[in-house]
Amino acid sequence: MCIVGPSGCGKTTLLRLLAGLISPDQGEVRLNGQLLREPCSDIGLVFQKANLMPWRSVFDNILLPLQVQNTPKVQANERVEQALTMVGLSDFAAAYPRELSGGMQQRVALARALVHEPRILLLDEPFGALDALARERLNLELLQLWRASRKTVVMVTHNIQEAVFLADRVLVLSQRPGQVTAAIPINLPRPRELSLVYDNNFSALAYQVRQAIQ
Amino acid sequence: MEKRDTGQIHRRRNSSLWTAPAALLVFLIIWQGIVWLGDYPAFILPSPIETATAFARVLRDGALWRHTLVTLSEVLSGLILGVASATALGYFLAKNKYLERLLAPCIVASQSVPVVAIAPLLIIWFGAGHLSKVLICTLIVFFPMLVNTIVGIRSVDENLHELMRSLRASRWQTFKMLEVPAALPVLLGGLKVSVTLSVIGAVVGEFVGANQGLGFLINQARGLFNTPLVFVAIFTLVFIALALYGLVSLLETRLLRWRG
Repeated sequence: MCIVGPSGCGKTTLLRLLAGLISPDQGEVRLNGQLLREPCSDIGLVFQKANLMPWRSVFDNILLPLQVQNTPKVQANERVEQALTMVGLSDFAAAYPRELSGGMQQRVALARALVHEPRILLLDEPFGALDALARERLNLELLQLWRASRKTVVMVTHNIQEAVFLADRVLVLSQRPGQVTAAIPINLPRPRELSLVYDNNFSALAYQVRQAIQ
Repeated sequence: MEKRDTGQIHRRRNSSLWTAPAALLVFLIIWQGIVWLGDYPAFILPSPIETATAFARVLRDGALWRHTLVTLSEVLSGLILGVASATALGYFLAKNKYLERLLAPCIVASQSVPVVAIAPLLIIWFGAGHLSKVLICTLIVFFPMLVNTIVGIRSVDENLHELMRSLRASRWQTFKMLEVPAALPVLLGGLKVSVTLSVIGAVVGEFVGANQGLGFLINQARGLFNTPLVFVAIFTLVFIALALYGLVSLLETRLLRWRG
């Protein structure tokens, strides 16, 4: 699922609510029927910036969630290795974040969000700061990861193409008050390839989403 | 290409190895030159050779070792006490705005009184022995370390705090895995300032009242117009400060390797 909307409409706030980082003034957030009051270990979070610890190597950055959960060392190392392979950064395990490009840093962040095997992945404009090509590649990788793990993924973006390309459903948020004004199902076939972007159906759906945003 | 690169690095390392002794040599030559040109007696400006002779003498009779060890132990004890108390208090001040607003004026006010002015009081209260000097070092180290701790802890990236919260990290985990490593560069910067200040603190204390230590040695030698010995003591102090500073720098390169 993707959430789109103009800037300042509360996309990020909504995601932070879902993550349990802030609590709602009114109403409640439920996860599988359970009331969510604080962050939950079943959620993996990727921020707008990679948000890595500069003093930790790539490996240790991905290890962080497992360290916090006190996962036994052998098991933890194994899972970090897996996550590294998944995002294709096995060769950079010992590198420090400053030695990586923006796209690679964001991939480390993705690996860190996945390493403790959460059921839900929350992405807050994860590729917003990247150039178009890097973004394309990471979108494809994200689809691949999703196909392999079938997690629930909620992604906030302001890029309509990205939203239509990735999602099964696109929610459109309106500006002040931030309300869901449309939920557009995306019935494009999977697996999706880059060429899909030039498809007529794709353009029609993208236009429909654009129309829903005031 | 690669070969040329390593060659350049090699040359640069070599040059940094040479600069310090070369600078020292130039310093000694100028010093000797001034003594020759002015034809000063030893009690006004001793020549490098007279100073070296004095150095050899106090080194042989053990006096220099004794005084140096006294000063060094005061410097280190004060440093440990000051750094420990300042980082502990600084952490709580950084975490608690109300506490900081309450205490900050008192702490700043205490800094407007120079340590030299308080030193006699401390000697009166705690005697002319070891303790009063340790306390002077503690006092002089306290403020810069406190400020650096507050700045260091406050500068921790809010986004990383949020990350730790989303991972449900405990306070202790956040402290250990985020706050300490994030504040470390600023803390080590404070430690660098503190080691040299601590040396100054010990000497001030020994000047005001002591019967041993390098500050005492300077005072005593001055009274006897033994200026070469004053020079020896000063150089020893410089050496202590340099060695401690170098030690912290070494610690810095070891701990902050990630900065490249």
